[in-house]
Amino acid sequence: MNTITSINELTKDLQPRKFGLRGQLWTTLLVLIVLNGFVSYYFQLKNGLSVTDMSNYVSWGIYISNFVFFVAISLVGSLISAILKLSNAKWSIPLTRIAEIIAVANIMFAGLIIIVDMGRPDRILNLFMYGRIQSPIVWDVLVVMTYLAISILLLYIPLLPDLALLRDKMKDIPKWQHQLYKILSLGWTGTEAQYKILHKSVNGLAIVIIPVALGIHTVTSWLFASTLRGGWNSTNFGPYFVAGAFVVGAAAVISLMYIARRYYKLERYLNEDIFDKMGKLLVMLSLVYTYFTINEYLTPAFKMMEGERSLIQDLFIGGFAPMFWGVQIFGVIIPVFVMLFRKGRKPLPLFIVANMVIVGAWFKRYLIVIPTLFHPYLPAIKQNGVPSAIHYFPTWHEWSITIASLAGSMLIITILFRYLPFISMWEIAEEQHIELDPIIPAVEKSKN
Amino acid sequence: MESDKFSRKNFLKLGAIATGGIAALNSIPFVLNAQDGPVCGETVTLLSSDGKLVHVDKKSLKLASMLRAEETNALKIRARKGIEGRKWVAVIDLARCKHAMACQKSCNKNHYIPGDRQWLNVYEMQDSKETAPYWMPKTCFHCDRPPCVAVCPVDATFKREDGIVLIDNERCIGCRFCMAACPYSTRVFNWGEPEYHKELDGVVYDPEQGLPRKKGTVEKCDFCPDMLREGKLPHCAEACPNGVYFFGDLNEDTVTNGSETFRFSQLIKDRAGYRYMEEIGTEPNVYYLPPVNRLVPFDETDKHLDETDNMHHH
Repeated sequence: MNTITSINELTKDLQPRKFGLRGQLWTTLLVLIVLNGFVSYYFQLKNGLSVTDMSNYVSWGIYISNFVFFVAISLVGSLISAILKLSNAKWSIPLTRIAEIIAVANIMFAGLIIIVDMGRPDRILNLFMYGRIQSPIVWDVLVVMTYLAISILLLYIPLLPDLALLRDKMKDIPKWQHQLYKILSLGWTGTEAQYKILHKSVNGLAIVIIPVALGIHTVTSWLFASTLRGGWNSTNFGPYFVAGAFVVGAAAVISLMYIARRYYKLERYLNEDIFDKMGKLLVMLSLVYTYFTINEYLTPAFKMMEGERSLIQDLFIGGFAPMFWGVQIFGVIIPVFVMLFRKGRKPLPLFIVANMVIVGAWFKRYLIVIPTLFHPYLPAIKQNGVPSAIHYFPTWHEWSITIASLAGSMLIITILFRYLPFISMWEIAEEQHIELDPIIPAVEKSKN
Repeated sequence: MESDKFSRKNFLKLGAIATGGIAALNSIPFVLNAQDGPVCGETVTLLSSDGKLVHVDKKSLKLASMLRAEETNALKIRARKGIEGRKWVAVIDLARCKHAMACQKSCNKNHYIPGDRQWLNVYEMQDSKETAPYWMPKTCFHCDRPPCVAVCPVDATFKREDGIVLIDNERCIGCRFCMAACPYSTRVFNWGEPEYHKELDGVVYDPEQGLPRKKGTVEKCDFCPDMLREGKLPHCAEACPNGVYFFGDLNEDTVTNGSETFRFSQLIKDRAGYRYMEEIGTEPNVYYLPPVNRLVPFDETDKHLDETDNMHHH
């Protein structure tokens, strides 16, 4: 980064660029997947949740586990732009915007996918008309909306100086795009007073978002932990969810920063050192998470109480065992092992293991939600002496809607990447002590 | 006939509603003849603002939908209040159950329950390998500390003064949190469009019957409050050939299965009554009498009904 000398050079490097063929294909693919999801959702609206494989026993499926996944991944916004920022970790500055973009895109889809799971989405306003504050769902609605609001602010407010830069520096862009930057930059001129307010509000938000972030995932864990069911009836769930969320969020940042670096040739900003540090961070987070995993399963497995026993057996040695151990081995153990080595924390290997962590995390949410529902307290009803099978395998509708939601969040990230600088230009400039003044048009400057 | 029963019921309800709904009706302009178009022949009896009973053709009635809403609202208010002065309780005598399944059959028939769900189940229980197996009929327990009610985000499922836990299917948002919260797998869901039943045409929704069914909402055993209101036993108790089900009022300390009546407290004391899974603290209102000195020995192969009867009411 030491070689950057002027704001012009910085802007030139980091300003949004037109997509090439690969970018366009990628965007088209995402749009198609999302459209396909809409078609499936249309049929679900028409025919009800009977298009899913959910049943009276397995009454929650991948819509809910996917919801938990979205909430989890969105937590990274608070990790990078609040926790690391407040602890003065300067190396993470180029990552704050990427983290906030991930947070906003995913928390939005957390809200959407939970509507998809509702039997009566047309009655969503009942939550506000008849909301009962005793219900953890109402807590979740409140805290998710708060987190979305703060995350949008944490994305938007630090964007102001950058939007002004784009407004002033980007010449060969369509008029609407220029207009967009002009409107969104809210007449930012870059005075000292403005920067003072900016720093103050971002610091304030960074402090506020930490408890809210812990809140979204703790409350989400309580949707399960507040029930009496084996496997969910756990006091460990809050911190377990939070720890797991930081893991998948950090992995998502790594994955995205690798793509940004390769695609935009940003080796100067997203250098190997940042990858190395993110790798170390992910190792630490994974180890904390492993601690909670052991804590979650060891004691019930030791006691094998009725009500937990059949579930534990199902996870450890039964039908869910391949997925359970697969998640531990490919989603935690191998990635951690790779990342322990300096070579493993180079961009490409780190990118690969980060994606393994993300996929593992998705299936881990599946393992949290679904197997418990296979083990009710009362035995399955027997028909002519044969117990009726409790089954669940997501239908095509469920898969296509779920995949569409994942593609949708990637599409939002893609669009934001296309039109916004995904590395905060002014923060880099500030860090590197590059003079920002020349960007301010002379007329406006004289006004101040 | 079912249809007769329903239209008669409707008429009675309307009569009852008329008093409650009259204030609202007064404010609605009564322009019954202003509407053209064919008549449907089905008439509704209404109490007009000047106190006369009028017969009005349903289709010509501009107010029909408003009246239905009015009626449903009154039924919902009644359903939330419960039956005054009562505290319903059930006692299930496991010693008498021989898996005749007449309870489930009657329940399914009277509640128009489709084949993919049951409000009432009879479980084959065996607590451990060496202990004796027995049949355990299970209704909703109508818990005094209902986990389902605690988690409902919109107050669609509620606990009434008389102890019954009910659902307002017109408020339920279908989040199914109550299904996850119920430790007894009691709650079932309308996954798709409800089955069509001719008898339910034009029936005004009443939470005390849960009919007509609503797509995308939760339902369950409701202790048949409509029967209790009429001083009758719930359908399962009426149908059981062995007198397994006792229903009654805790305030009166009396339970009956139709032919025998007991002091509730004495029965529980004498027969060592208990509640299922007491340790989870939900305080059920259904008690069990242990399967000792059984009417007939347990026989798993002794099928009184074939599989289709077990699944369907058709």
